[in-house]
Amino acid sequence: MSATAEVTIPTPEAPATRPRVVIVPVRGLPIVGLVLIGVVVAIARDARWGLMFCHVVGGGLWTAIDLFVGFVVGPIIGRMSIPARIEFSTRFMPKMLLIMPTVVTMTLAAGFQLARLSGFLDTSNPRHTWVVVSFGVVGVMAVIALAYLEPANVAVLFELRKPQPDGRVVEKLMRRFVYTAGITGVMQVATLVIMTRLAS
Amino acid sequence: MTAPTHAESGAASLLDRRLPPVTEIGAASMIAIAGGVIYLAAYLPKHAPLGVAVALLALAAALQLTNAILLSRLPDFAWDRFFQVGGWALLAYAVIAGMIEYAFVYDKTRGAPLVVMTAMLALFMLNVPVLIAFTVTRYQQTR
Repeated sequence: MSATAEVTIPTPEAPATRPRVVIVPVRGLPIVGLVLIGVVVAIARDARWGLMFCHVVGGGLWTAIDLFVGFVVGPIIGRMSIPARIEFSTRFMPKMLLIMPTVVTMTLAAGFQLARLSGFLDTSNPRHTWVVVSFGVVGVMAVIALAYLEPANVAVLFELRKPQPDGRVVEKLMRRFVYTAGITGVMQVATLVIMTRLAS
Repeated sequence: MTAPTHAESGAASLLDRRLPPVTEIGAASMIAIAGGVIYLAAYLPKHAPLGVAVALLALAAALQLTNAILLSRLPDFAWDRFFQVGGWALLAYAVIAGMIEYAFVYDKTRGAPLVVMTAMLALFMLNVPVLIAFTVTRYQQTR
């Protein structure tokens, strides 16, 4: 992204520049492809270690990113000036657009297969209820993420591509992004409780 | 030091425009889909009774149809941007839905539960791009 053209935001005091907004960082797509292929191979081979790796690494990243964005990065962005928010969002949001769907798909696909291999999907398994509860938590997070968080992520990038972004639109969309990340972060705590119950 | 914005420079902000509750209806449809998939998945590898799942599927489809009607009645909307964003998002979500479908087929889900599950995945695959495209386009100026 550093090689892209610069767009100027004129201000009364001094001209400011910001990098050209990239919606999807194309250079990251091969990594996404490799991760998804890895998940499919692990599923196809019933490779327990591979599934565990995908589920634990993906779940750890998902939880950490949600909590970090919702409770650390979010409040910091909230105190930034509008040009600073725009510059931060320009660099941050395209990466999130690739990272989050990949991490979520990796975690859920591998987790479902692990539950199957471990017999947790069997309705007679004493831990089956915990698995169904985890489906519910993931369902709530999916609705929040797919209906509110991700559309805000994409919309803010399109706003930032405009020659003169509307600061109020950027602020509204970033607030929506950070709040929903915070809500899913809190729900991740519930996921941690369920997963540790299942593993114990 | 702040950059001038549309609002500050006097231009009418797209924030103030009133649009139908497409996001809320889409979220409700997503809740129905998630409920149906969780209901079916909770019974795997056995077959779940399909009544509840089919009812949720019908509800999700009706909500998405409502959204399509509401969208088609919008008089002033940047449709080129809507279809551009929606098309790419559809491609991305086709890959994700394909992976989920693969997992269910791999786990030997067959017959009517697979049909209901596939229909729910198809609705999911269509719903998310509409929500992304709508959220982007509502802040786009029509030419």
